[in-house]
Amino acid sequence: MDFNDTQQEAEFRSEVQAWLASNVPTEAELSGLDYIGRAKLWQKRKYDAGWACLRWPKEHGGRGASAIEQVIFNQEESKFETPDGIFAIGQGMCAPTMMTWATEAQNQRFMPPLASGEEVWCQLFSEPAGGSDLAALRTRAVKDGDDWIVNGQKIWTSGAHYSDYGVLVLRTDPDVPKHQGLTYFFLDMKSPGIEIKPIKQISGGANFNEVYFTDVRIPDAQRLGAVGQGWQVALTTLMNERASIGGGGGGCNFDSVFDLAKRVNLAGRPAIEDPSVRRKLADWYVQESGLKFTGYRSMTALSKGEIPGPENSIGKLVGAPKQQDMASFALDLLDQHGVIWDSELSEKAGLFQAAYMGSPGLRIAGGTDEIMANIIAERVLGLPQDVRVDKGIPFKDVPTSAS
Amino acid sequence: MNFEFSEEQNLLREQAQSFLKDQCSLKAVRAVLDGDQPFDQGLWQKVSEMGWTATTIPEEYDGLGLSYLELSVIAEELGRQIAPIPFSSSVYLATEALLLAGSDAQKAHWLPQMASGAVIGCLAVNESAGEPGPESLTSRFRGGSLTGSKIPVADGDIAHLAIVLAAADEGPTAVLVDLNQAGVSRSSVQTIDPSRSHARVDFDGAAAEVLGQPGDGWSLLQRVYDRAAVLFAWEQVGGAETALNMAKEYALGRFAFGRSIASYQAIKHKLAHAYVKNTLARSNCYYGAWALSTNAAELPLAAATARVAATQAYYYASKENIQTHGGMGFTWEFDCQFPYRRSKLLAVTIGSEAVWQEKLISAVESAHAA
Repeated sequence: MDFNDTQQEAEFRSEVQAWLASNVPTEAELSGLDYIGRAKLWQKRKYDAGWACLRWPKEHGGRGASAIEQVIFNQEESKFETPDGIFAIGQGMCAPTMMTWATEAQNQRFMPPLASGEEVWCQLFSEPAGGSDLAALRTRAVKDGDDWIVNGQKIWTSGAHYSDYGVLVLRTDPDVPKHQGLTYFFLDMKSPGIEIKPIKQISGGANFNEVYFTDVRIPDAQRLGAVGQGWQVALTTLMNERASIGGGGGGCNFDSVFDLAKRVNLAGRPAIEDPSVRRKLADWYVQESGLKFTGYRSMTALSKGEIPGPENSIGKLVGAPKQQDMASFALDLLDQHGVIWDSELSEKAGLFQAAYMGSPGLRIAGGTDEIMANIIAERVLGLPQDVRVDKGIPFKDVPTSAS
Repeated sequence: MNFEFSEEQNLLREQAQSFLKDQCSLKAVRAVLDGDQPFDQGLWQKVSEMGWTATTIPEEYDGLGLSYLELSVIAEELGRQIAPIPFSSSVYLATEALLLAGSDAQKAHWLPQMASGAVIGCLAVNESAGEPGPESLTSRFRGGSLTGSKIPVADGDIAHLAIVLAAADEGPTAVLVDLNQAGVSRSSVQTIDPSRSHARVDFDGAAAEVLGQPGDGWSLLQRVYDRAAVLFAWEQVGGAETALNMAKEYALGRFAFGRSIASYQAIKHKLAHAYVKNTLARSNCYYGAWALSTNAAELPLAAATARVAATQAYYYASKENIQTHGGMGFTWEFDCQFPYRRSKLLAVTIGSEAVWQEKLISAVESAHAA
């Protein structure tokens, strides 16, 4: 048991290190660009040198690399300050779906610019009436010649406002039970009839959008899978979602709260000397360490060319509530100063306040805590699904409210 | 990255599993719980014959000279079967203390007998309620003679050899005591887990010899605990998995309101959270096993991390296993009591959750100060 690379991995790692050391963009190169421009500049540079979407086949703009090589690249890249990505959903979720279900000609057209960052993709799944119960979505697509005409509303669409293309699931038949009446498409986000409205979050940001469809036409050639097969196609996307959306983010971790506890007082002495503070910190250390070494176990499987076990499914369910609890605790340690959220006046430029206000979203996005627990119970432990009272009923007859 | 057990170690796990399934079912645990034998002597003999007691003892002392990864595998499997034998006392504690601090003569005398299982060792530290400290020891060692009382001593009634922490002129000192002598009297004490025996041991001028350096006993104890904590944690993880599996199997088969109770989210989420805790504990145990097997400087941190995670996981899984079983889980007839009893026994032996949480943060502070 060791943490060392194989010789091949070590050689690959030094190649990555050498390239990153001389190619990560400098602040001067990035100045004057917004976050989208910064992200696109960095992605294009990686693409041109063959370091984008490492696992994809070369003909689709990738490198044909192994899973462990992708992990190594990510580890090394994370040691640098690089522009935040805006491509995770497109490259991590839309692309695997396209590569599984689209035609070769479509993939040759769409995958290289997605890899290079020149075209950004989003995912339009959730709706006001379809969140955790995604298959309850209601946005309608009606066949009209070689097109489908779409009317309805999507919600929680990250990056819709800067995306060029999107994947979506639509209701094509309301007369059959809910999973059977769905069909999957991709579309041009600049299509006439699409209206995008940002959603302001409690954290103050607006990462998500509402997307309204009014008589939007999607060519039937952009259908992925058969009519009525949309749920099966959607599962390809969702399987990759849980791998893409981690529980981290926000930077409120053990080290930051431990450091804070050394610098603020509680009961007339540094908070870190308080046994109750120490016990809480120990519990969070155990969780972080457990996730880290669970990741190492998965890496080991990848390194041997095996598929990692189900243990990684715990990441989001542990990480998101931990983030919230640690942020809450950090604000408590700050005492009344905890209320101040100001880049000048707050500790660490407001990191703890941002984590406190942002973490409720982490516990919901990409599968709520409750859905993640269901997934572990059903797919890992093999427990049966809950009773579904809408099973076998035509979708149009499923109750939608208490009245 | 090679953060996994080797093929040989996995083979050992398979052998251990099939052996224990045959020789140490929960019926064997119940037999000790209900009977008047303090431990399963037949199982102890077979385990010793297979060389498990000799795992990390060097070959020069008739041991197998294997690594702590092999011992981790065995610990997890013994934990999974809630084995009613003095393995942790003799192997993780007494053998480790001798390996760390024994003189050549002490090792040559005791280790071959412990490797063969002929001698059972134990560790005697606690004297009264609460966490013991270097200042709290009332047992007294002077001029080769030990006086005082230890309670409870895990396996103190069946062991042949005790390593005892006692006050001495030089400070807290670890001493070796042959328990089969006139100056030693012992009596069994009732515990929450009668499948593992405990004793009160009284020393009245018993002959004893220093283990390690006089006055260094407390520091030695911490080093032994750091090593044993990893192995205790593996036992706890094995037991926690047993508890989760019992709950899962029962929930799948138990119907209420016309359906399996395993389909209710109240049950599913409970068991999913047990799986999460078990997985965190297991991954932290890998970290502990790595640190122990490589003698890493960060062993105190790794051991505390594994220990806290495993203690929490076993408690949660074992209590929610009873809850999932409902009233039947509270009956003597059902097996839910075994992991529930054992989880607390393992949790408070070598220091409770709070003790290890404190050690964990102290270790982080040391790492940051370095």
